[in-house]
Amino acid sequence: MELRASVPSGPVEQKWDNHRFEMKLVSPANKRKYTILVVGSGLAGASAAASLAELGYNVTCFCYQDSPRRAHSIAAQGGINAAKNYRNDGDSVFRLFYDTIKGGDYRAREANVYRLAQLSVNIIDQCVAQGVPFAREYGGLLDNRSFGGAQVSRTFYARGQTGQQLLLGAYSALSRQVGLGRVAMYPRHEMLDLVVIDGKTRGVVVRDMVTGQIESHAGDAVVLGTGGYSNVFYLSTNAKGCNATAIWRAYKRGAAMANPSFTQIHPTCIPVSGDHQSKLTLMSESLRNDGRIWVPQQKGDTRPPDRIPEAERDYYLERRYPAFGNLVPRDVASRAAKAVCDEGFGVGPGGLGVYLDLTDAIKRLGEQVIRERYGNLFEMYERITGENPYERPMRIYPAVHYTMGGLWVDYNLMSTIDGLYVIGEANFSDHGANRLGASALMQGLADGYFILPATIGDYLARTKQEKLDPSHSAFRRVEAEVTERTKRLLAIRGKRTVDSFHREFGRLMWEYCGMSRNVQGLQVALEKIPALRAEFWENVNVLGANEELNQSLEKAGRVADFFEFAELMCHDALERAESCGCHFREEYQTPDGEALRDDADFAHVAAWEFAGVDNPPILHKESLAFQYVSLTQRSYK
Amino acid sequence: MDVTLHVWRQKSAADRGRFVRYEARNISPDMSFLEMFDVVNEGLIARGEDPIAFDHDCREGICGTCGMVINGVAHGPRRGTTVCQLHLRSFRDGDTITVEPWRARPFPVIKDLVVDRGAFDRIIQAGGFISVPTGSAPDANAIPIPKPDADLAMDAASCIGCGACVAACPNGAAMLFTAAKVSHLGLLPQGQPERRQRVRQMVVAMDREGFGSCTNYAECEAVCPKAISIRFIARMNRDYLKASLME
Repeated sequence: MELRASVPSGPVEQKWDNHRFEMKLVSPANKRKYTILVVGSGLAGASAAASLAELGYNVTCFCYQDSPRRAHSIAAQGGINAAKNYRNDGDSVFRLFYDTIKGGDYRAREANVYRLAQLSVNIIDQCVAQGVPFAREYGGLLDNRSFGGAQVSRTFYARGQTGQQLLLGAYSALSRQVGLGRVAMYPRHEMLDLVVIDGKTRGVVVRDMVTGQIESHAGDAVVLGTGGYSNVFYLSTNAKGCNATAIWRAYKRGAAMANPSFTQIHPTCIPVSGDHQSKLTLMSESLRNDGRIWVPQQKGDTRPPDRIPEAERDYYLERRYPAFGNLVPRDVASRAAKAVCDEGFGVGPGGLGVYLDLTDAIKRLGEQVIRERYGNLFEMYERITGENPYERPMRIYPAVHYTMGGLWVDYNLMSTIDGLYVIGEANFSDHGANRLGASALMQGLADGYFILPATIGDYLARTKQEKLDPSHSAFRRVEAEVTERTKRLLAIRGKRTVDSFHREFGRLMWEYCGMSRNVQGLQVALEKIPALRAEFWENVNVLGANEELNQSLEKAGRVADFFEFAELMCHDALERAESCGCHFREEYQTPDGEALRDDADFAHVAAWEFAGVDNPPILHKESLAFQYVSLTQRSYK
Repeated sequence: MDVTLHVWRQKSAADRGRFVRYEARNISPDMSFLEMFDVVNEGLIARGEDPIAFDHDCREGICGTCGMVINGVAHGPRRGTTVCQLHLRSFRDGDTITVEPWRARPFPVIKDLVVDRGAFDRIIQAGGFISVPTGSAPDANAIPIPKPDADLAMDAASCIGCGACVAACPNGAAMLFTAAKVSHLGLLPQGQPERRQRVRQMVVAMDREGFGSCTNYAECEAVCPKAISIRFIARMNRDYLKASLME
């Protein structure tokens, strides 16, 4: 396997423009002769499917939800970054680029990130034109706010529902194309495998989740916009259905998986309330703009928060990071919260929580302003905990939220398999070892609206391949494999439910490959996971049949893949003997407990090649060169 | 706490369906309603019985996937709350709770509590968009929009497409859903060029799917998890009338 990043030559600010000119075009008359399969209908998938169809390609789009409008992008709350500099506060494309590279702790590719910053401005234009109701000022112009880790106000938002509004924008563009007959939409269809013929991606095998029918779809290229793999931890802020099956099957068919251990822990989530917990709920970290985070100075202080006088509180972020205070990046805020709780200062059930206190902001700005900014978040908190955040500070704790790792892609967003493109959270590309707040939406839409529609045309124009139909023997073979696996899962009829396995190994991953990792823990995980996986294949109980809506079967297939995925994550975390961004290896830290990078040995992307389920994966490295940003230790003090 | 559930079980669209009684024992008031279903299902699987199928995904009230009629009320007793955000502290120990799927002809049952809401997608496909191909947009600040208009558009745009409005309406109307989208886009300057065509096409699509008409029961507003106002329905009716007269 060879990693060719295909980064265009020339100065970074001209690369994308030059590349766009150099890429081959497909003539308008020929576009309709190509079929592109898009898997996933979130921000990346829906925007790509809509934009490709607008260009004239035949598009087929699949999603596991009952409607493309429900993809998990919808849950993003806080906002979307763009280097518009509407605030006149010193923002620029270069600054957004710089902040993203630095925030990612220098583990992302400069050329990709620069392009992302350039396109950020076009995204806002596009979304406003679609009717996305962003927040506005009284003068009628767009409002901005500053957001986790940024010193400029470049975040556009729609109350606390920015992801929803952006997704509905992309969904409306997609729906328009479905209505025009240019996109064939398949909801309640889950991709179960990828079909590669002579080294080129030629289609997918999907399962109709209502009838159980296994279907093949052939195309000239396949685009995966299937999201992240946070549910490997069982408890995460992802939707219950989010899974790694599509990217995992692509990996097993030859696509490299990059930096799988880079998983982001979000600092402002609602703490776990008991064993029944099925998922965690995030509250936008925009709350940190106006909220102050603290714990009691006394260990095990059980007084209600309003009885703890100011002098007996520890505003630990403000104390440790005077320059950034409560706005330090996510990884720093999360680790700090874990540290104070581990030391016994935590509040709430099990001492796994810290206070996020907006009392000062309510006093300063009035309840009405706070209600306008965060009303829906406060309501959400009140619903889940039964506590009123206008009267009592909220309790928060970190939770797994986003995965920076994913399938390796080149500058054109193509994986190591020809004709397989990966966009949005499913790829590894732009966030390095840590993603900045309000950058996920930006990346998903940059990939889907602007990058992929340009780069995929170049591939199609340069690639001669005959038309295939799904009766080709390669499709039949993959269908048979998929069917066989499903049968196997249904035939086990063991004693444990799928959820009980998922819960157990999710806890294992959180403990050994979660917020901080060490070599002993990772080795333990690498022994325990295969053992649990073996038990799963002998003792799981999946009832019912394939030929019906069978939610247990759906879950079983996903969990089986998560088991294999988890091992790769641990290998990656073990191999990366440094701390960077979200990846905190306890052996590598500065005397005051901050992440200690090793740029001499680890300024690279770790891309893994599949070598068989029971064999260790093969590591390939793409070294990262930094010409425009000099590597420094991140300091938010 | 303990509760008794009467849950609608239906193997497929062709099956007649019936209520089945289940006991949920030793559940926590901090559980969400869906987490209680998780627990019941774990018990069913352990006994070798088919678990109850129900739709759900984000479990934080925004994706619009979940939906159950609880004691006759879509999404249950708490106002402005999806069933995934409903917690058992809203019920009393010993309660008997009846759980049914959305019932409306355009939403056929697929299995148990899962229904097919594809009709909503088809209404949007008929006109719930602004035609703006990627790349053709002017600068985002080129068109100032008065804040009250933008805020009202956002109120309408907060619809999650769950279908509770249809389930609650005695006529099985999709007026609140359709009106929310018509108003969201019709309130914005970007939405003006297609405003008349949009409302006409969406109303036609709504009728074609077999949804009923609005007779101002306002049950939809009462159950809407996003508290979307029926004033948007009046707005759509005005738009529709104007569009029809100008046809």
